[in-house]
Amino acid sequence: MPADTLTAGRTPATHAPGSGSLQRFARRRSTIAFLMTLPLLAVIVGLVAYPAGYGIYLSTLNRTMVRNIGFGNYEILFDTDTFWSVAWQSCIFAITAVLLKALIGFWLAHMLHHIPAKGQRKWRGMLLVPWVIPPALSTLGWWWMFDPTYSSINYVLSIFAVPAVPWLGEPIWARIAVIMVNVWYGAPFFMIMYLAAIKSVPEQLYEAAAIDGANGWQRLRYVTLPMMANIISITVLFSLIVTFANYDIVRVLTNGGPRDLTHVFASYAFQVGILSGNIPRGAAVSLFMLPILAVCAFFVLRGVTRRNKEQM
Amino acid sequence: MAQVSLRKLVKAYEGNVQAVKGIDLEIADHEFVVLVGPSGCGKSTTLRMIAGLEEITGGDVAIGGTVVNDIPPRDRDIAMVFQNYALYPHMSVFENMAFGLTLRKFPKDEIKRRVDNAARILDIVPLLERKPKALSGGQRQRVAMGRAIVRDPKVFLFDEPLSNLDAKLRVQMRTEIKKVHQTVRTTTVYVTHDQVEAMTLADRVVVMNHGVIEQVGPPQELYHHPATRFVAGFIGSPAMNFIPGRLEGDAHGLRLVLGSGVILPVPPERTARYAPHAARPVLLGIRPEHLTDKKPTDKRNIADFPATPEVIEPMGMETLVHFRIDGHEISARLDPACPVAVGEPITLAADMDQMHIIDPETDKVL
Ligand SMILES: Nc1ncnc2c1ncn2[C@@H]1O[C@H](COP(=O)(O)OP(=O)(O)OP(=O)(O)O)[C@@H](O)[C@H]1O
Ligand SMILES: [Mg+2]
Repeated sequence: MPADTLTAGRTPATHAPGSGSLQRFARRRSTIAFLMTLPLLAVIVGLVAYPAGYGIYLSTLNRTMVRNIGFGNYEILFDTDTFWSVAWQSCIFAITAVLLKALIGFWLAHMLHHIPAKGQRKWRGMLLVPWVIPPALSTLGWWWMFDPTYSSINYVLSIFAVPAVPWLGEPIWARIAVIMVNVWYGAPFFMIMYLAAIKSVPEQLYEAAAIDGANGWQRLRYVTLPMMANIISITVLFSLIVTFANYDIVRVLTNGGPRDLTHVFASYAFQVGILSGNIPRGAAVSLFMLPILAVCAFFVLRGVTRRNKEQM
Repeated sequence: MAQVSLRKLVKAYEGNVQAVKGIDLEIADHEFVVLVGPSGCGKSTTLRMIAGLEEITGGDVAIGGTVVNDIPPRDRDIAMVFQNYALYPHMSVFENMAFGLTLRKFPKDEIKRRVDNAARILDIVPLLERKPKALSGGQRQRVAMGRAIVRDPKVFLFDEPLSNLDAKLRVQMRTEIKKVHQTVRTTTVYVTHDQVEAMTLADRVVVMNHGVIEQVGPPQELYHHPATRFVAGFIGSPAMNFIPGRLEGDAHGLRLVLGSGVILPVPPERTARYAPHAARPVLLGIRPEHLTDKKPTDKRNIADFPATPEVIEPMGMETLVHFRIDGHEISARLDPACPVAVGEPITLAADMDQMHIIDPETDKVL
């Protein structure tokens, strides 16, 4: 087809004017490209742009959704302590969880890469299990294990004479528990991405580095990590967005409690919007995530583009 | 600077595949040694054992008199140039070349001095700030060499460094490598499967086959006095012709009788050498350049060699003629002015002083 469009672009001079220009327009490469992406654009507009626009519109309405109050919902939110604690908790939750997931994922990938190929598949499969179980279900399992009196975690601790921990009852432990479950669920994704990235580093670079005088740690620092920089920043960005918007784990494990101290934006938006019936304010809560994530995305993607231009 | 010794060096991969079967080789200080042989003969494996990238199954590798079997590559003080360069894509040319020195904690100005010096030798000064992606194949090759030179190691190891370059650049870089060696004089082990590279670069060539060394010697010696049929056929291009025949002797001397009635007198100086093999089947080895058109010469041992050309390849400076004797393909190199035509019998001149006689049972050159 490219050849087709190319010749079509060159020959129109010989066509009769009038009918030619429309035909030419229809056969231009960019027109065809646009037409071919149309189905996808329709899906994006229908499932992303329209709900986003509608969300913004909703957030400007009053509780009964009959009057437009502009930024009124935001002003009220800025004045509530709970909102600020949710904002904090969301940031702490997302950043800690993503960092831990990335570190553990990298460590697992590194370990996996260095075990012989035969055992590797088995281990890889087993380590991926947390990621393929529906999180609502596995979180329920964790909830049961966190139970202060009857369950496994405190039982194991009691064997080592550690006093029972009120996992979901005390704010600090509840926050740790939420992060733990999120890390448990999300680390395999990092592992599989990093494993693919590690495997794509040419073996000869390590050999060259070994001869250049690098020890194991230096090879990791000067060869593996720089070669993986792109995949690391993209996975971290992606995971930051998903973790920031996490809903199910908080909802199932703590439901935001104790005292709303483990709420993140998504679960808080649900609580305000659906459970308390103030849909416009719930919309305002969830929209608050947008600028934070947009700034992250901008910087990360800029780094990726720059590196791509230089290296690939 | 150092000499390198390989003693009974063995490499077996799992499944008991012996890639290297007990090699002995002494490489002198400042020497440029080329390992050459067909694909899969164990050249790279040998080189990688010297580098420490491959575990040694048996025997010893010694660099500068110290056995290095259990010393990791970074402590062997060697530098290696890989076939696909293995430059670090995220580092600039300068950083690539400086990396080994940085890791060894050289002072900044010393690093700069050495990199600049190597860049000048290799003519890549304007490229120092670029990333490898922005370099051509030949430039990458130079950077890879620069990375080796700045380290000023005891030994340079090259594994087919030119085989990713196009033919013209390869010839140019070959000269370059030779020049660099003449400047820095570092002991060098160079692996290639290209016998022209081996002949032009080496002080001594090591011909390997199936994990063993067939012959070691200066290029001219390998060319004129190959020890085995393999070396005779491997060195030289186009390859040597091998023609089965019989040695027959009488009171006047020996004659080599080929099938289809070609009879070649053996030079009298060599009669004694071949006499024990008289009346036995042998293999005549003669290079195309010693099978030429007849021209006036003062050489004494020139024999007539009848041929009927089947394929004629004019190359410009010479003409290659291919014909058969008893179904054996033979090629000859003729003067381009010599009139030849396909199917028209001609008489060629065989330089019997340059021929070799091979025992077909042992494949040794007699
Ligand atoms: N990791 C390995 N496992 C098993 N066998 C191997 C391995 N690496 C190499 N070999 C075998 O060892 C032999 C020698 O390999 P080597 O790479 O040294 O050949 P080479 O002479 O460098 O050939 P080439 O000119 O193709 O590079 C080959 O037969 C090869 O199949
Ligand atoms: Mg090789």
